[in-house]
Amino acid sequence: MLDTLKIPEQHYLHDGHSLRSWLLTKDHKRIAIMYLMSISVMFFIGGLFAVGIRFELATPQGDFVTADTYNKFFTMHGVIMVFFFLIPSIPAVLGNFLIPPMIGAKDLAFPRLNLLSLYIYWFGSIFTIAAMVRGGVDTGWTFYTPYSASASNTHVVPTALGIFIAGFSSILTGLNFIVTIHRMRAPGMTWFRLPLFVWAHYATSLIQVLGTPVVAITIVMLFVERAFGFAIFDPQRGGDPVLFQHLFWFYSHPAVYIMILPAMGVMSELVSTFSRKRIFGYSFVAFSSLAIAVFGFIVWAHHMFVSGISTYAAMVFSFLSFSVAIPSAVKTFNWSATLYKGAVSFETPMLYAYGFLGLFAIGGLTGLFLATLGVDVHMHDTYFVVAHFHYIMVGGAIMGYLGGLHYWWPKMTGRMYSEFFSRVSAITVFVGFNVTFFPQFVVGYLGMPRRYHAYPDEMQVLNVMSSAGATVLGLGYVLPVIYFLYSLKHGRVAGPNPWGASGLEWQMQSPPLTENFTEAPQVIHEPYEYEHIVVAKEKHLV
Amino acid sequence: MSNAVAHADHGHARADAPHPAQQHHFDNLAQQKEAAVIGMWLFLLTEILFFGGLFVAYMIYRVWYFDAFAEASRRLSLFWGGLNTAVLIGSSLTMALAVRAAQTNNRKWTINWLLITTILGCVFLGVKVIEYEDKFANHEVPGYNYDFSYHERHLAVEGHAPAAGEHREPSLSPEQLQQTTQIYFSLYFTMTGLHALHMIIGVGLMLVITWMAWKGKFDAQYYTPVEMSGLYWHFVDIVWIFLFPLLYLVNRHI
Amino acid sequence: MSIFGIPIFPDQASTFARDVDALYFFILAVCAFFALAVAVPVIYFGIRYHKTHDRQIGARIEGNLPLELLWSVIPTIIAMVMFGWGVSVFYHLRRPPAEALHLYAVGKQWMWKFQHMEGQREINELHIPSGRPIKITVTSEDVLHSLYFPAFRTKYDAIPGRYTELWFEAQKPGSYHIFCTEYCGTNHSGMIGTVTVLEPAAYQEWLQGGGLEGTLAQRGARLFNDLACSSCHVDSGRGRGPSLKDIVGTTVELRDGSSATIDDAYLRESILNSQAKVVKGFEPLMPTFQGLISEENLVALIEYVKSMSPKATTTAPAAPPAGKK
Repeated sequence: MLDTLKIPEQHYLHDGHSLRSWLLTKDHKRIAIMYLMSISVMFFIGGLFAVGIRFELATPQGDFVTADTYNKFFTMHGVIMVFFFLIPSIPAVLGNFLIPPMIGAKDLAFPRLNLLSLYIYWFGSIFTIAAMVRGGVDTGWTFYTPYSASASNTHVVPTALGIFIAGFSSILTGLNFIVTIHRMRAPGMTWFRLPLFVWAHYATSLIQVLGTPVVAITIVMLFVERAFGFAIFDPQRGGDPVLFQHLFWFYSHPAVYIMILPAMGVMSELVSTFSRKRIFGYSFVAFSSLAIAVFGFIVWAHHMFVSGISTYAAMVFSFLSFSVAIPSAVKTFNWSATLYKGAVSFETPMLYAYGFLGLFAIGGLTGLFLATLGVDVHMHDTYFVVAHFHYIMVGGAIMGYLGGLHYWWPKMTGRMYSEFFSRVSAITVFVGFNVTFFPQFVVGYLGMPRRYHAYPDEMQVLNVMSSAGATVLGLGYVLPVIYFLYSLKHGRVAGPNPWGASGLEWQMQSPPLTENFTEAPQVIHEPYEYEHIVVAKEKHLV
Repeated sequence: MSNAVAHADHGHARADAPHPAQQHHFDNLAQQKEAAVIGMWLFLLTEILFFGGLFVAYMIYRVWYFDAFAEASRRLSLFWGGLNTAVLIGSSLTMALAVRAAQTNNRKWTINWLLITTILGCVFLGVKVIEYEDKFANHEVPGYNYDFSYHERHLAVEGHAPAAGEHREPSLSPEQLQQTTQIYFSLYFTMTGLHALHMIIGVGLMLVITWMAWKGKFDAQYYTPVEMSGLYWHFVDIVWIFLFPLLYLVNRHI
Repeated sequence: MSIFGIPIFPDQASTFARDVDALYFFILAVCAFFALAVAVPVIYFGIRYHKTHDRQIGARIEGNLPLELLWSVIPTIIAMVMFGWGVSVFYHLRRPPAEALHLYAVGKQWMWKFQHMEGQREINELHIPSGRPIKITVTSEDVLHSLYFPAFRTKYDAIPGRYTELWFEAQKPGSYHIFCTEYCGTNHSGMIGTVTVLEPAAYQEWLQGGGLEGTLAQRGARLFNDLACSSCHVDSGRGRGPSLKDIVGTTVELRDGSSATIDDAYLRESILNSQAKVVKGFEPLMPTFQGLISEENLVALIEYVKSMSPKATTTAPAAPPAGKK
């Protein structure tokens, strides 16, 4: 049965082989593949800086690189990972590829805008990498003034401009998704039949569209102050450096929800498919995504509890910060409850889903410490914070991204990868991750500050543990590159629906046709229904 | 924003062939237009948030340094600012007329009104050049040659007595003015500069749309690009309606 | 606290360190509970409901409203407890007792300069007595820094152009870390030091050994003369500037009709931006000293003016930056 499966003759990857057909494509799927290649490159560049950081921190003295170089390492690591990897990742790769078929459409609402957003991303990346090659920047990814506006003598302006440019890529992607989800749904695809992946991306897009312009204008203000000598944040001319922080975090806090919501969307798909059961509490999960997007905008000053805001303002923001924790908790409980009386199997995507559940739970829960005023004073700007956000961003977002990549790889390429090596990789990532970042909670409460090149001797053991874990984690990330590339030529042919999943994207052939569907689908089923899938599989219809 | 590249639909032999401007991934022109409208309004929302950051900074510093803001605001020319306001409001009128002409399939007047709008936009930009040149000459550019007292000294040297009733004692010392008015001018240049950049883009947009109208790409069923450009133009106009009183009319009395 | 010689928990060296840690352990317990509450069922369900044959699908369960409400409401309640407890500890951390011993800390790339009232100046070292509340007024000479004492569980940012403060009461004599925890450039990780908590008697001994320049206020008195403040600010009140005797803590009417309370922030602003809040009845003649006086001399001058109001209690420096109306 399996060996009668063949890669179809006609599909989107064969629809034109010239460079021109790729660079001028309007096909959302090709754009997604190009994004995949681009952000993978950026991920490994950002990862190299992480290697530099952990190598230096294996010893208490600053003996591997100079202080200035180390400061550039953590800055570039943050800038690239946040703006050029995490923010685009799932939306630009998986969202671009899957949202049109998931809603039964032929493409996004604005295919040319989609291509433009890719070009803008490339332009921004080149700007930032050029700045890096010319000597880099050392302000931290948060660019606090007055250091970034006047004291730093590194390439602040080109790096900041690179981020500014890349921001437009994010805005256009979000805009495209919102219009598409509103207007391009197939007949019968009502809002409450949408996969939760789509709900998650809708919420993400709202944040991208509303939040990114604010960091853009903040960068403009930093730019005019630094490049022209204007006075906006300069304390010597009456400016307020704390104003920069307010403006910066007004975007950068919602930005973390841009990074996690899509991964939550992936989670819903994985947990449902690999327990062959509808998601428990569908509407609660859908509305929680929207709630996270909304509440995410009103908590920004929890990054500033000891930075000069009044005691009363601190109390307000602490209170609101708890509000954003609740929807995330609700989702986690709903995913867990989905497994009850399911038919659970542990293919690689499900391993990543389990990893996400554990690591995101820890990351999210440790956020409670930071929202709590009395404790945040001690923890702010220590490694506790570093551990917290890495649990969410790496343990959560990246696990979600990798899980999604492993899940939809057969759809995107028509091939299966090695199940053995992918499981090894998933477990390696999980173990390596925990060894890297759990000690950082401990050393953080001990008082080790962030962004330290050298540290007191007694903190060395915990740092060495962390660096050792990083080596394992890095290995876990390199393996997929190898087996994914290998699968393109030698992988088993997947067929349209290797997982027996629900969702319109699995009704397309693998790889899909350029126009996705030969006829517009008519949607009659509720989301996550498996009865008819089993029947269809038996009849070899999928 | 969608565009109107002619797109013959070869695969269909139906009698009601789709409009040449309809793109292949839409079911019909109405869906395409709805998408364009939602898309443009979303884009304008991002622009509001973009300018919004500057308005927030402006509001905070105006509350903290009201006297300095009032003093610095007096350096702006009410004549040029008022003229520019009238020019932009007029250009929004002509823009609306252009949309109406497109809607009624009046190619000639679509082009004419669009051209007038473009010219008015250029007038606005020309006036801004005059104002900016004046600021440079008066040493009112922070970080470049900033000297807030230059203007007064310059007037005295040239023998210009202050206009009747204009002699006031500023409530701040010269040193203080030199320090704190720089924020005002920094915001002035950033806000009006960003606005001018949007105007330049708007003028470019007008030229493209005018060319498209000239090429006959619009008809009564399809004039979406004209309408969307109109929305953009009106938005840039509205931003100026806020900028003018905030920058030019601080503590001015009739 | 250490395990096999590896420190895993910081010293509890201040009175409120215990409170902060108690809150920390509560949150830790809640987190451990919820982490297990998720992990255990998830692992159990994965085993118990493992797919047994290829065509098996899961049960048809849509959801359960009472369960959704339960696991929304209970975390909300727990969150509110955390919030409330956090506020109460925070409030305590932000309210220095009136009788606190006052110190100044000036952060600058890349060192901490501490000044005692009695005149001692220390760089990257701080000697303090145990058993007395200590309030530190913090500012920066250049970029943002942050003064952090992990053993005391408190920190606050040093902001150029403003005063901020933190306080603590150290209990255990010993030496503890001082860190800068706001990234400030090349030697950010070198901007560290040691705070030495001494028994009160030992602290008095230490005090005798230094302060050749006299107390902070005495240094301020010399500056008051050197900078010619005394030529206008005459005690009789009939000079070109108002008398500075007994003014701290009082409220005065200003030239524009508004009023101001004389506190540290007012004094600082009036020295740096003298035209901002001129007292009614006086001309705006005072020169501004912005750029002409260092942060250390500024605090000395302010301490001297405060010493002219011996009956006033020390007021907390207000938050607004110099120049704000």
